[in-house]
Amino acid sequence: MKVGVIVFPGSNCDHDAWYAVQHNLGQQAEFIWHDSTSLGDIDAVILPGGFSYGDYLRCGAIAHLSPVMNAVKKFAADGGLVLGVCNGFQILTESGLLPGALLRNRGLQFICKDVQLRVESTDSPFTNQLEKGSVLRVPIAHGDGQYFAEPATLDELEAEDRVAFRYLDNPNGSARDIAGIFNKQRNVLGLMPHPERACDPLMGSTDGLGVFHSMISAIPALTK
Amino acid sequence: MTITPELIAQHQLTQAEYDKIVSLLGREPSYTELGVFSVMWSEHCSYKSSRIHLKTLPTTGKYVVQGPGENAGIIDIGDGWVAAFKIESHNHPSYIEPFQGAATGVGGILRDIFTMGARPVAVLNSLRFGLLEGTATSEHNRRIVSGVVSGIAHYGNCFGVPTVGGECLFEDCYSGNPLVNVFALGVCKADEVFFAKASGIGNPVIYVGAKTGRDGIHGASMASAEFTEESKQKRPNVQVGDPFLEKLLLEACIEAMKTGAIVAIQDMGAAGLTSSSCEMGDRGGVGIDINLDLVPQREKGMTAYEMLLSESQERMLLVAEKGREEEVFRVFRKWGLDAVTIGVVTDDQKLRIRHKGEVMAEIPNPALAQEGPKYDRPHNVAPYRKAPVEAPGGWRKSSDYQSDLVKLIASPDLCSKRWIWQQYDYQVRTNTLAGPGSDAAVIRIKENGTSIAMSLDGNGRYCYLDPRLGAKLAVAESCRNLSTTGALPVAATNNLNFGNPERPEIMAQLVEAIGGIREACAFFETPITGGNVSLYNETLGEGIYPTPVLGIVGLMKTAAPVPVAFQREGAAVVLLGGLRGTNETEFGSSEYAKVIAGELWGTPPALDMLYEKNVQSAMREIVAAGLAESAHDLSDGGLAVALSESCTEVWGANIQIPLSGTPEIDLFGEAPSRILLTTGDTARVAEIAVKFGIEIAVLGSTMKGQLQIGDGTAWTIDIATSDLKTAFESTLPALLH
Repeated sequence: MKVGVIVFPGSNCDHDAWYAVQHNLGQQAEFIWHDSTSLGDIDAVILPGGFSYGDYLRCGAIAHLSPVMNAVKKFAADGGLVLGVCNGFQILTESGLLPGALLRNRGLQFICKDVQLRVESTDSPFTNQLEKGSVLRVPIAHGDGQYFAEPATLDELEAEDRVAFRYLDNPNGSARDIAGIFNKQRNVLGLMPHPERACDPLMGSTDGLGVFHSMISAIPALTK
Repeated sequence: MTITPELIAQHQLTQAEYDKIVSLLGREPSYTELGVFSVMWSEHCSYKSSRIHLKTLPTTGKYVVQGPGENAGIIDIGDGWVAAFKIESHNHPSYIEPFQGAATGVGGILRDIFTMGARPVAVLNSLRFGLLEGTATSEHNRRIVSGVVSGIAHYGNCFGVPTVGGECLFEDCYSGNPLVNVFALGVCKADEVFFAKASGIGNPVIYVGAKTGRDGIHGASMASAEFTEESKQKRPNVQVGDPFLEKLLLEACIEAMKTGAIVAIQDMGAAGLTSSSCEMGDRGGVGIDINLDLVPQREKGMTAYEMLLSESQERMLLVAEKGREEEVFRVFRKWGLDAVTIGVVTDDQKLRIRHKGEVMAEIPNPALAQEGPKYDRPHNVAPYRKAPVEAPGGWRKSSDYQSDLVKLIASPDLCSKRWIWQQYDYQVRTNTLAGPGSDAAVIRIKENGTSIAMSLDGNGRYCYLDPRLGAKLAVAESCRNLSTTGALPVAATNNLNFGNPERPEIMAQLVEAIGGIREACAFFETPITGGNVSLYNETLGEGIYPTPVLGIVGLMKTAAPVPVAFQREGAAVVLLGGLRGTNETEFGSSEYAKVIAGELWGTPPALDMLYEKNVQSAMREIVAAGLAESAHDLSDGGLAVALSESCTEVWGANIQIPLSGTPEIDLFGEAPSRILLTTGDTARVAEIAVKFGIEIAVLGSTMKGQLQIGDGTAWTIDIATSDLKTAFESTLPALLH
């Protein structure tokens, strides 16, 4: 698997994603600067966490206007895998690739801690190696992680089995405990928790590896 | 403008200092020059009261690559890699405007680190606030805590550096003078370190980063005076930080350094453009000629005086190789930052400032950077203290030691600081092996297989009772924290927070504390590589406890760290170093005396430095041999508190110790040189102890769900671990929401 990690001004989990793919998974990863107009020869895109454009205006609101996002949208439309983590999830909702929005945490404070996530759907290129209903321990680190969408949208997400993960103990007030969702085509995943931080035994959990292993196993079929 | 005595006084210069300026210049200074001198000769920039004493600290050693005098100290961490680190205070601004004061404190120390070419990889902070309840200022204190914590979180999280540890204590004396000391550490290759030493006559001086505004003018002078009622009107003197801009500046600087076109670089911190230019020039023995018309400006109509003294954040000054400017500009353009040539390196050792066709200042660099006043302020008196030596009659108010324990672990000083550190991203960069809540923070260095352990320690109560011993105990505890994780302490930085040095009894505290740091850092082989002095921490004549904060850095091979928490049932609980009693006089400095007895008396606990060192050596060997399943150093609150902190919801312990006629001293005494550990192999732990000539006490074993402490006849303490955890975790969320 060859992954492109997009670097926006203010991205700060770009290196962590790169390291997890390159060193913990033994796959290839490269950085793609935000003003690139093409993604080059890659199998998947990661929009990493951080504070793109300092979270000015709204989290992800400016980044989604970066030139590279046109290329990401085309890549997604062509069926390429796009994984947005934390600020990456916020950019995906701002750009319309995923429905809903991420609001300020219910308690108004930034929260960094390990949370428990229940795997809700294994029918996706990001979760096919996970067990439905299993519980993963993965860290969160965000101030704006409260997932919000209209009830009709939430109903649709649930009806179409597009909720990827739910919090066991909702830390931020997210609607229906949602931690991560797929797009309609299931090739775009956005989630607030950081799977790339849970890929190394020294970091205390390797539960994030499953997401990447799923992507690795899905890619040959996608690129055929 | 004519320089009047009033104008001199407004600039916080004495008449003698002014006369010295006149003699150094050979003429009266201009108004602009007066401003420049006033900041460079402020206590904050010149260390005029502390310098002669700081010179006595040990600063060299096996691991030290760069000692004091640069933007940060540097140590060798092996395989061609070095670490740059320093601690700095932002006390005064944090009182006036807690959020921005603390945020820009983080920003300032981060710039000090990446100025040297090192990418920041860890931040810790040491905080002191007034009491959170029960005083007239408590509501205000709570607002300061919330503001400071969210300011630190805002800046560090956005910048992308993990805040991995620290300490936070509460005393009434910090009500008007909270302490915000921030430590940062970065790493880079040994041959890629940059220094702030200008050279190459004719080389361009380039300004990069944020535009200059009127914010922060005279911040350095403000930080060098006591607070009065008017201080709150100094809010405009506090700068406003933009961590996003700083993140861009970091990436751009590191990328620009790789071009090879940069000769020297320094951040614009206190006294901004003035200090960065004259210090870079002075270190290189050259002059700097600057045209202020070229400085990127945020506001219209700024005078030379305002531009020179502005402390606008996120700015750097660098010297590039002549003819290679474009290579530097290209990088900064990529990151969307201003980069402009504003001056040139000259051969006359002068700082020359031009504005609108006029020379507004022309000062020999050494006059500003080196010839500043140095005072040997009077200190031949006993250090200030009001507390009695002997315990006051009736201090033993309780005989219910279990409820005392619960009160102690729920007290603001000893309770869980989760409410604070959960607001910090302590994991970004995926290097954090041991984060907040550990004895020492440990981060791995991916590049060389080494891990760096860091701990900040200071105890104002100890230092108030005996500044020398208090400072030694801070060094010892910091080293003990590192050793508990298995790291070898190798170097230190310090932040000296004191009151008004013009009062001899306060100056005596400072001199004594520096003496203690000198003795202990020499003994524990942790030389001081830099630091910060914050004086005048007084409001309306009331000073803080003398509060030296030590930041010690240690090295270890990367491995899963030994946790604080008990891991299983049936492990032996061992006290390395032995029970080591304290007496009633020493007990007066304890958290028990503060929280339960409501008194302060006596002395800090005695410290045997050789014994302490041996305990630490033994501990490191025990960790290296893989014998410790959990480990926790004993400090505030003593044995019973350390045991409680090691308990989890699930695991407790069954402990038997001899109890005297004053069981509270046995349970809560704070004798140093003790580390609590659990092991499956007591015999081998004992062998190592014998080898280092230290005692161990086998206290009992871990068990499920309960903490029991007794003398073999009855349980003095017998409490469910879930109750302990609830008490430990509830305080700050309840007080701070």
